[in-house]
Amino acid sequence: MAEIDLQGIQKRFGDFMAVRESSFTIRDGEFFVLLGPSGCGKTTTLRMIAGLELPTEGKILLDGEDVTYKRASQRDIGFVFQLFALYPHMRVRENIAFPLKCQGVPRAESKRRVEEVAKLLRIEHLLERSVSGLSGGDSQRVALGRALVRRAKACMMDEPLGALDAEFRHLMSVELHALHDRIRATTVYVTHDQTEAMAMADRIAVMNHGVVVQIGSPQDIYDRPADMHVAGFIGSPPMSFLRFKSSLAPGQSSVQLNGEAIRVPPLRQGVVEGELALGVRPEHVRISDLGEMRGEVFSVEYMGTMQIVTINARHGQLKARISARQRVRVGEAVGLSFDSERLVVFDAVSGSALKSRLFEGSVSG
Amino acid sequence: MAEVLVDRVTKRFGDAEANRDISLTVPNGEFLVLLGPTGAGKTTLLRLIAGLERPDAGNILFDARDVTDDPPAQRNVSVVFQQYSLYPHLTVFDNLAFPLRAPARRIPESEIKRRVEEVARLVRIDHKLANSATRLSGGEMQRVAIGRALVRRPAIYLMDEPLSSLDAKLRAELRVELKHIQADLGATVLYVTHDQVEALTMASRIGILEQGRLVQVGTPQDVYERPANIYVAARLGIPAINFLPIDALPVEGAPPRTATVGARTEHIELVPALDGPAEVVLVEHLGSENFLHLLVGQQKLVTLVPPGERWHPGARARVTLRRPLCFDTAGQLLVA
Repeated sequence: MAEIDLQGIQKRFGDFMAVRESSFTIRDGEFFVLLGPSGCGKTTTLRMIAGLELPTEGKILLDGEDVTYKRASQRDIGFVFQLFALYPHMRVRENIAFPLKCQGVPRAESKRRVEEVAKLLRIEHLLERSVSGLSGGDSQRVALGRALVRRAKACMMDEPLGALDAEFRHLMSVELHALHDRIRATTVYVTHDQTEAMAMADRIAVMNHGVVVQIGSPQDIYDRPADMHVAGFIGSPPMSFLRFKSSLAPGQSSVQLNGEAIRVPPLRQGVVEGELALGVRPEHVRISDLGEMRGEVFSVEYMGTMQIVTINARHGQLKARISARQRVRVGEAVGLSFDSERLVVFDAVSGSALKSRLFEGSVSG
Repeated sequence: MAEVLVDRVTKRFGDAEANRDISLTVPNGEFLVLLGPTGAGKTTLLRLIAGLERPDAGNILFDARDVTDDPPAQRNVSVVFQQYSLYPHLTVFDNLAFPLRAPARRIPESEIKRRVEEVARLVRIDHKLANSATRLSGGEMQRVAIGRALVRRPAIYLMDEPLSSLDAKLRAELRVELKHIQADLGATVLYVTHDQVEALTMASRIGILEQGRLVQVGTPQDVYERPANIYVAARLGIPAINFLPIDALPVEGAPPRTATVGARTEHIELVPALDGPAEVVLVEHLGSENFLHLLVGQQKLVTLVPPGERWHPGARARVTLRRPLCFDTAGQLLVA
């Protein structure tokens, strides 16, 4: 197991800057997720760590050893891809054993390790089967087994669950998470699915346009988004934004939207005549007649335990996640109040969050 | 728009009964969602109503008129499929206008223009009317496909998983929009999906299918709060409902014949306790809340907790089930 250290990594493809100047450390035993929309540079970053791409600039250290220019095969890293490339003419057992055979591991040792991994993944009963008849989930378990059997220093996974249907993807993500808890292999996992990232990661690096925008624990990124991109990418539904113009002074603990004062965490920085956005998570909105803001209910989405209410307010559209027991009707005028300690004010031009007391509880940056 | 009546319809494919003695009314202006896993018979029922299949028994009536023997073209239905099949050589405008330009309709071009523009605004594609249909994103193509169905005023709109090929964010947006458009038009919609969120959020009523049979029809609240049986209960709820034998945990408010208890988050009370019988095995973060996976003996239990409650693997708790759903030995709901 190993720590992976990226120092000033950059990757250009011709004129296109796929990854810009990134430095971060993936800790030993960590489940580290690279998250972002397609084209953000997450797969390129993973491929550089794996040795499938060479960085244009920067260094990669694996357990303190500079591996930047080492071939993939010399790095002692395992992979799992979205399309599980199994050898169709081999049985499950041979598929899993394949990397060991290449390394010249003695047969008895190989057999023992294959069976151990198969047990971990609960596919022991499939070992003698041909891979061609396997379900999507079982194929993916075999692919995982092949990556794990090597006991490589680290394991790279590129959207390994992307090809599975939603319900099954969730099941596999729970399984993968539990598996990681047991074996604690340093894992770098690429996905565009924020739910998957939130559920599995020890830490998430959110990427956009080739830049790592924020690194932190799932809850930290959720509660204290560095910018509007992160805030709008994470959460289901994501954060809503109310847009307004104002001047704000450090220390101020309310903002004026249309003459109504909305309390926010005390600000640590100010702006002059700025285009701003008030960021509100759906579960931090309450619908009550006493609310400081008014709006009209645009839609109500019943989900059993909860409901999502979309409200048109003067400064934008807002989502509220409230108990399904509260009665709300489309077209109804409602009052809104907020969990003021959890609100974020953004500079709507640069997108960056304004520093406030909320961010002082941050555990990583 | 029309009322659609499905009267004791059966459809076989060889030995397999895809639809078994189904009776269902879709009243004028209703958004009825058929929910069920793959192979439950939802798409077959939609195709029977569209006239793309003929029933082996039973009748289909539109506004009391028997259409069982009518071909699709005479039924006045609009269909949207999962795979948007647009005409690639036509612009967005011409794709939307296509159903109106059928020679038999003789609609003047000025009227076509008016209706296309109206629908394009509705599905928010009006800024791309002149684009070629192939130069659109997946979400835009699907909006054009939905728009092409909406441009007509058929007896009923039939939609077969129209959102399932889209990414999560767009799907969430279009869910809200589609429901709005339907309400604005007062349209009658029969919508097929295997996604419970789509069913719960959009439906006036949900029809749940199991192996070709219609098991329950009711409002989202009805089927969620009073599922007819274990099968229906298992289709709805995030996280999925937990089923436990009656003697697994302390239960409050179970009727005498209860064999199986169905516990959702709202039925589960957790109290941290060092000597509690339940052990936390996994905490899944969603941001807005956490999924807590517990083990009580051999029994798994998944529930939602607010992120403020700091549960961690290894923590123990006492669990009480308050007024959960209760089922008899045959899996039917018992009402206290």
